[in-house]
Amino acid sequence: MIKKTAIAVTALALSTAVMASGEDDPLLYKVMIDKLEVRSTDGPDPLVLDADAWIGYDLNKFWFKTEVEVTDGRIEEAEVQFLYSRAIAPFWDFQAGWRHDIRPKPERDYLALGFKGLAPYLFEVDAGLFIGESGQVGARLDAEYEYLFTQKLILSPEIEMNFYSKDDEEVGVGSGLSDMELGLRLRYEIQREFAPYIGVNWTKKFGQTADFARDEGEDTSDVQFVIGIRAWF
Amino acid sequence: MSSIKNPIFEKGINLTRRRFVQGIAMGGVFAGMGLGSRSLLAAALKHQELQTLRGTDFNLTISEQAVNFTGVPRIATTVNGSLPAPILRWREGDTVTLRVTNLLRETSSIHWHGLILPSAMDGVPDIANDFPGIRPGETFTYRFPVRQSGTYWYHSHSGFQEQTGLYGSIVIDPREPDPVTYDRDYVVMLSDWTDEDPMDVYRKLKKLSHYYNFNERTQADLMKDINVRGLAGTWNDRKMWNRMRMSQRDLSDVTGYTYTFLMNGQTPANGWQGLFRKGEKIRLRFINGSAMTFFDVRIPGLKMRVVAADGQNVQPVSVDEFRLGVAETYDVIVEPEDDRAYTIFAQDIARSGYTRGTLTPNPGLTAAIPELDPVPNLEHGDMGMNVMDHGQHQMADGMTMPGMDHGQHQMSDGTAMPGMAHDQHQMSDGKTMAGMDHGQHQMSDGMAMPGMAHDQHQMADGMNMQEMRLEKAGSGGMKPVSLKPNPSDFSARPVQHASTEYGPHVDMRADAPQYRLDDPGVGLRGNGRRVLTYADLRNLRTTHDQPDPDRELELHLTGNMGRYMWSIDGVKHSDAEPLRWKLGERLRITFVNDTMMNHPMHLHGMWSDLETGDNNFLPRKHTVVVQPGSRISYRVTVDAAGGWAYHCHLLYHMLGMFRTVIVA
Repeated sequence: MIKKTAIAVTALALSTAVMASGEDDPLLYKVMIDKLEVRSTDGPDPLVLDADAWIGYDLNKFWFKTEVEVTDGRIEEAEVQFLYSRAIAPFWDFQAGWRHDIRPKPERDYLALGFKGLAPYLFEVDAGLFIGESGQVGARLDAEYEYLFTQKLILSPEIEMNFYSKDDEEVGVGSGLSDMELGLRLRYEIQREFAPYIGVNWTKKFGQTADFARDEGEDTSDVQFVIGIRAWF
Repeated sequence: MSSIKNPIFEKGINLTRRRFVQGIAMGGVFAGMGLGSRSLLAAALKHQELQTLRGTDFNLTISEQAVNFTGVPRIATTVNGSLPAPILRWREGDTVTLRVTNLLRETSSIHWHGLILPSAMDGVPDIANDFPGIRPGETFTYRFPVRQSGTYWYHSHSGFQEQTGLYGSIVIDPREPDPVTYDRDYVVMLSDWTDEDPMDVYRKLKKLSHYYNFNERTQADLMKDINVRGLAGTWNDRKMWNRMRMSQRDLSDVTGYTYTFLMNGQTPANGWQGLFRKGEKIRLRFINGSAMTFFDVRIPGLKMRVVAADGQNVQPVSVDEFRLGVAETYDVIVEPEDDRAYTIFAQDIARSGYTRGTLTPNPGLTAAIPELDPVPNLEHGDMGMNVMDHGQHQMADGMTMPGMDHGQHQMSDGTAMPGMAHDQHQMSDGKTMAGMDHGQHQMSDGMAMPGMAHDQHQMADGMNMQEMRLEKAGSGGMKPVSLKPNPSDFSARPVQHASTEYGPHVDMRADAPQYRLDDPGVGLRGNGRRVLTYADLRNLRTTHDQPDPDRELELHLTGNMGRYMWSIDGVKHSDAEPLRWKLGERLRITFVNDTMMNHPMHLHGMWSDLETGDNNFLPRKHTVVVQPGSRISYRVTVDAAGGWAYHCHLLYHMLGMFRTVIVA
């Protein structure tokens, strides 16, 4: 059902988006690998990808977002989102579509609704609400800031929080604030499009989510050093 | 942090940028692509002279041409194999015939910028009457009478061909004796060259609007500010900008990061050269043929007497420096008294690079090249805030203009008050302004009309100063008063924004845009040099016989910097109805700039008679720079039937910030 609704939303959006064009507003695309990094942990070091891509016009776009974590050649976590994005305010886009969690098993589908944009004081914000089957509701807030040491050496603190309305033991998610991630990455933009970085990432699971993790013998909190690249085209 | 402000002088680590900015010494048009030995020879000369074509009959061929400005060979779009295109020298009163052949693989066109001619000869595809552009392989014959004299230019009006080299200068000798006397005459055409495909530049700006801005404020600037102003002062200073998600360093969209700035087609490393003999009067015809770059021009050691603006004679005014907006022209006279070389220095508005040339009595001499000025910050006035008007909270929409309440703070520490400083100065220099001594609040009302200070004689005969003051006092002293619409005054009515200006495509609306004619602009304020402003421009001849405007038209320049969308009144060209003007009417057009960028607005086919303070001597322009957050007015005698283009002359803005005008 969720899947159908999401597809219907995107299909509807498609018809609007292709109508808008003009020589000032060409069809463009952008692929952004925000993070492709190795994180140092006690065990095998996971490889993490956080990327998105869009295609479209000034005010109407299709977005694809993904987060993947691979440890020891095994995909531990994988999430994809297909969204229609419409500019609704000078600095804000409304996004709606389908979120699909491939890993951990079992797979989960959500209707995704969110706002992405630039908040006052130049915080980049991506806030999403996810309505799943069986009434599960999730929310995610991601905020990032850029501090320029120089024109090319940029420090970016980032926070991500996930909330869920219900326990979902199969995928290890508990109700309330389930997890939080604080990152601090220092990148050097060799070009605007390409920057290696180093950083530190702190993750913590809370409440029932933490209990589920403990039951699985996982850490509930970890500080990781990261090294990676950021690239777009 | 001089390395940030001044990337050119960065040592070592940034050779790439250095090369980009400076170009290579032998840069320019190279032979190749099957061209004959003549151009091979020309390319071999270090100081390549621009070709001048004279007469009434011209054959111009648009083609691709190999060039090399940065060490990397690239393909440019040229006329007769030359970049810039040849200088065309005409005589007022002649009828010129120009056969333009397009050897490109795409449609081309040539627009004669600033020329008064029939619409069908104006060269804007699909807007000029019966002109679809010049298709590949075709020849189009332009023929029109030359009804004016002075310095103009020509360029492609198709795609991004102007960025890739299709621009050249036009010099028209007057029929009557020239009011300006001079011994030598040089065209100084400034332009910007990029090795990138202009479409890629546009794409990058759409994906990351600050892509080319490498002068953002950094840690070092923050530390410096905290040292000077303290933590709280720094916070207060920056608060509003950060809240509004605007950069105070948003000075130019495309910079020296990709541009090599050229003077008469020469890279700064090479340097154009003009010869003189001591004691001669030299006329320099500055033309800004850039796609995107405003230049600040000066010749250290020489005063420049500005004698013409946009080809039209003005009352001479002596300055140290002037800002040349894209598509504007200024003619200046210089009289070197010493037997030495002088540098013509033109830095871009963002202080990301420069181009330069040398005036010298001896080809072997050069002069010192100044350093780039520090990178300036945009100020509150550039956001369309009336910095004096601190009592108002007319910005209900928190997105538009929060932080008005900081006006007072700003005032007390005296920063960020450009307009104020000028006006106070002008007021204190002896002009009688009874009623202005009633303290800040009273003044703040007066200040809603900066035009006032330098326009007293006009007030004297047009408006009753006393009455105005009383009217204002009666209104409670804080709100701008709607004066009776009088087209000949500088009435600062409360600004109204069309409903089309609200939405995701517009990120700012100026709620107290000021007439800032005497403001030299960001980066030139209080720099210790005498900088030309529009308030200095007065027509050489009286314009008192020109009729008063029949009606007024207000146009707002709008955009969203982050999304890189540009429009007029919030409506881009492809969505806009043409402006329909009546043949024979006299219009007064007021621009309000609802963005933080300068926009050089160019009206085709008709003069823009700029209101600079004295309506008896309105200077005529073809391109009028509308400063960020400001307003400006000019008059147009609608005397040319047909279709005309009306647009921002920044190449990557004009696709949206454009109107078709139909005069019937």
